[in-house]
Amino acid sequence: MDVLQLQKQFVDYRASLYHEGFLDEQFTQLQELQDENNPDFVVEVVSLFFEDSERLLNELTKALEQQSIDFKRVDAHVHQLKGSSSSIGAQRVQKVCIAFRNYCEEQNIEGCLKCLQQVKHEYSLVKTKFETMFQLEQQILTAGGSIPV
Amino acid sequence: MVTDKIEDMDIEVLSSMWPEDIEHEAGKQFNVEKPGGDQDTLEEVTIVEEPTIVDFKHLLELTNYSEKGSSQLAYLVKHWEFKQANAVRLLREELDNLSRQRQESELKKLEILEEHRFEEERYGEDKCPISILDEVYDIWQEVPQRKNDVVVPNKRVEIDAEYDTVRYWKQRVMHLEKLLEASIQREQLLKEKLQESIKNLERQSSPVEELSQILKRADNFLHFVLQNAPVVFGHQDKELRYRFIYNHFPSLQEEDILGKTDVEIFTGSGVKESQDFKKEVMEKGLPAKREITFETELFGSKTFLIYVEPVFSKAGETIGINYMGMDVTDQVRKREKMAKLREEIAVRKAKEKELNKTIHITEETMRAKQMLATMSHEIRSPLSRVVSMAEILATTKLDPEQRQLLDVMLSSGDLVLQLINDILDLSKVESGVMKLEATKFRPREVVKHVLQTAAASLQKILILEGHVADNVPIEVIGDVLRIRQILTNLISNAIKFTHEGKVGVKLYVVPEPPFAKEGSQHGSDGSTANQSTTNVAKEETCPSMSQTSSDQKGFHGKKQEDFCQNHSFSEPGTSVMNGTINGTKEQAELAETTVWICCDVYDTGIGIPENALPTRFKKYMQVSAEHARKYGGTGLGLAICKQLVELMGGRLTVSSRVHFGSTFTFILPYKFSLSCDHSDDPDDLSDMADHGATYDDATAGFFHFQPNTLGSLFSSNGSRRTQKLTPHDFGYANSHKLNWFSENFYSFPMNNGQTKEMDLVEDACSVAEAVEISSKPESSFRHSPDPDNVSAICRDKHHQNVANGQDKVSTTDVSSRSETSREVDAKMKLTEPQPSPKRQEKSDTGYQSKLNSNREVSSSISKPKILLVEVNKINVMVTKSMMKQLGHTIDVVNNGVEAVCAVHHHNYDLILMDVCMPVMDGLQATRLISSFEETGNWDAAAKAGMEQPLPSSDSFQPGCTLSTKRIPIIAMTAHALSQSADECFANGMDSFVSKPVTFQKLKECFEQYLP
Repeated sequence: MDVLQLQKQFVDYRASLYHEGFLDEQFTQLQELQDENNPDFVVEVVSLFFEDSERLLNELTKALEQQSIDFKRVDAHVHQLKGSSSSIGAQRVQKVCIAFRNYCEEQNIEGCLKCLQQVKHEYSLVKTKFETMFQLEQQILTAGGSIPV
Repeated sequence: MVTDKIEDMDIEVLSSMWPEDIEHEAGKQFNVEKPGGDQDTLEEVTIVEEPTIVDFKHLLELTNYSEKGSSQLAYLVKHWEFKQANAVRLLREELDNLSRQRQESELKKLEILEEHRFEEERYGEDKCPISILDEVYDIWQEVPQRKNDVVVPNKRVEIDAEYDTVRYWKQRVMHLEKLLEASIQREQLLKEKLQESIKNLERQSSPVEELSQILKRADNFLHFVLQNAPVVFGHQDKELRYRFIYNHFPSLQEEDILGKTDVEIFTGSGVKESQDFKKEVMEKGLPAKREITFETELFGSKTFLIYVEPVFSKAGETIGINYMGMDVTDQVRKREKMAKLREEIAVRKAKEKELNKTIHITEETMRAKQMLATMSHEIRSPLSRVVSMAEILATTKLDPEQRQLLDVMLSSGDLVLQLINDILDLSKVESGVMKLEATKFRPREVVKHVLQTAAASLQKILILEGHVADNVPIEVIGDVLRIRQILTNLISNAIKFTHEGKVGVKLYVVPEPPFAKEGSQHGSDGSTANQSTTNVAKEETCPSMSQTSSDQKGFHGKKQEDFCQNHSFSEPGTSVMNGTINGTKEQAELAETTVWICCDVYDTGIGIPENALPTRFKKYMQVSAEHARKYGGTGLGLAICKQLVELMGGRLTVSSRVHFGSTFTFILPYKFSLSCDHSDDPDDLSDMADHGATYDDATAGFFHFQPNTLGSLFSSNGSRRTQKLTPHDFGYANSHKLNWFSENFYSFPMNNGQTKEMDLVEDACSVAEAVEISSKPESSFRHSPDPDNVSAICRDKHHQNVANGQDKVSTTDVSSRSETSREVDAKMKLTEPQPSPKRQEKSDTGYQSKLNSNREVSSSISKPKILLVEVNKINVMVTKSMMKQLGHTIDVVNNGVEAVCAVHHHNYDLILMDVCMPVMDGLQATRLISSFEETGNWDAAAKAGMEQPLPSSDSFQPGCTLSTKRIPIIAMTAHALSQSADECFANGMDSFVSKPVTFQKLKECFEQYLP
């Protein structure tokens, strides 16, 4: 495919992510941090985010399966997830985390479980989106183009 | 039968006595009851007849003459007659009955006789007289003889004539005899009854007796009913004189009432009214009711419901009235109470409504204000980002045209930022969020700095001067940032409107102003402020500097001189003695007094027309639209100044003459402590010892800036001081920086911009000083004297020092670092001799942080050491990367415990601390670090259960302790709520950055805190 077209597609896709609220300006900050010295910064951070989030989601699933739920623990996990998602600008995940924490505070199991499902859903969504975007980036790079800012 | 009838009558008579409208009901009621029972109860009741006071004669007359009375009488008589007639009728019936029976019996007799005669004729032949029969016949003879003589002889004759058999006749005679006897008996009974009836008749012969009996019964019944009734009733004649009165609770004797009128009996309000009412009823001839309130001496205040009916004579003329009164005082009172309550409820409801409305409006207003503030805040963040990006852009290679464009961009950005800051300030003051700080500062320095700053940016040929009276204390306590803001604002305002001549500041002590004595110490409403505006406008010329200073010399001047002496001569001694700072601080608090300092900012500008004076301090108000166009500005500056001054308990006033200039005067109270200087001794001492300029600076009373004459720019002590200070304070800085500095300094008169830079460096110094002194650090936003000032420095530097390649952050750092290090130096001087050998040991182990000197060297490479305490890997990565981009490397630890350890092992210039962390959260870690900074030991940490990878507090060196300055700790928190911000401050954090962290936030924070 034409590099220009790929680039346009990339820009559009990225814009749609912002537009649909998957990402916020924090991601822009992240992109700004990427430079020649650190060319894969965004991918690295996001990969780290995936790793961390998956771990946290597993922990959360386990914690919420327990007979007596340790809400403090759940809350700590959600806090972490919230922190990391907000750091990379995955704002939809972050928003669900906020609701999640409220339910934790109320010790509302139903709400927590609901939020866990939501957060998993949002996470998988944003993960797919990121992956698609990174693929596009790769395509652009292999096609010899540069990533549009 | 008879008695029943009588009872019925009774009641009818009674009922006619009642008012007509009650009659039917009452009558019916009574009719239902069994009168017989009533009589029984009546007998039991002992009736007190006292209450009734009757003029019997008149009553009789009344019954005779009044229509009602006579009709009643007639009724009674008629009834009696009817009863008599009835009795007679009954008797007659009885008589008839009797006579009929008699006839019957006679008839029977005749029949019998006839029969006998018939038989005689049949058996006439064998008649034989029997003696026995005769005897029987004798009996027969006797009885009828008494009654009727006629029949008996006939009989006898006929018996004589009989002729049948003897037995037959005998039987027959016997039978007849029996019949006769019964008949006789009946006759006798009837006779007795008749006799009895006659007797009864005789007994009931007198109608008067019976009538009076009935009347008595009626009377008794009335008494019974009225015994406890709270009613008064009576009859009054044509002249309204009482003829009869019934009052169960009489307060007057019979003779006091009867024959008198109301007016004669009582006095007081209501009496006349009732009299008039009665008259009215009499005239109209119609019964009426009315409620009358009496206020008499006799029974106090009482309300009566009065019913009055006219009494007519037979002829139809009014002869008087019957009246009935009922005490309804309580009811009326209750009714009135109810009405009042209802009224109150209505009023309250209305008030509530009004209040709700007000609350609603207030809420709306608050929301609107909050909205404005939030909006401004929201605008500020991106705007400052824009501005700082532009600043960064300015560091890149640009051609002259681009640079010019960028300059415009920057200055416009700064302007908008300033405006937004103004709005935020204003809303802060208005919403009461603005907090004042009490920090120690030197008014002379403030005046000098402000003037220097103004001179630096001066683009006109103006003389700037400052006079500080001798009696103004060297150090006072107040919110120096706000005072500086006010002063800067007023001076820049003055410069703006002055085209030639001079702008000056005068500072002098005044006695406590009247508005403070009035008790309105904290701010005041607009009206009083306006008043004072005009007041001061009149007396503007009076408080000239010399006058007040001489006035005050007796009071403050002496003291001041005293402590100046203290300061200069006895200080070395005292400083040695002042080992325990705490003790002195207490003393200092005790010795605190308030001093009122008046500050005039005068100019020779265009002046303010008198009619515009009152609106001068209003928001968004300018003298005229023309002025606004010509001079620009938003009209917020003075409003903010005024609000700030009032917030601090002072007054801001203005006086002006068109074309001659204006004078803005603000009077503020400052805390001023005589002993406060001592607590600062080490600092001052070092200043004094090392550069005499400080002393001069502290007491210099006159500053003069003439931008057009090069040499005299720092004609006062300022230049000397700067010269002296620079090498010393910045001495640790690396050489090229120093070079840059001194180069600039010497070339400085040529370029205003440079002057400004110089000033601002000093500004920053004093800010840092303020930070050091203030026990409770404020938020980073408030600390910066002006965010754009700081950025202005940076920008200027970048403009001029591209060649130097100097990172702007580190440049700014130098200025405040100089202050802290100076302090540290001073402390070192005090304590150095003793601990140095031990410290050597320490450093040998390599455990302890670098020595003071080492540290200075390390920091002189301008790589401040930053510690990031954060558990989240992603956050760490992002933050780290941002730092890198900002030119910093950082150490990272993952929780509070590690943070404390890290602080223990290394010296950091700044700590970024996540609040919410496992193991130990940021708040506790901060507390522990602060406690270490204050006490010099880690006891608190040990208490908190931390293991001691650290050396015990005993082995810790005082020298090292002192070498550790206070590390600014910036909280990083996801809760952007102010509550958590308060929490951060309460735990000793210096500022906070809300998560997620951004370039901008980090940069602002570094600009603020990195030394």
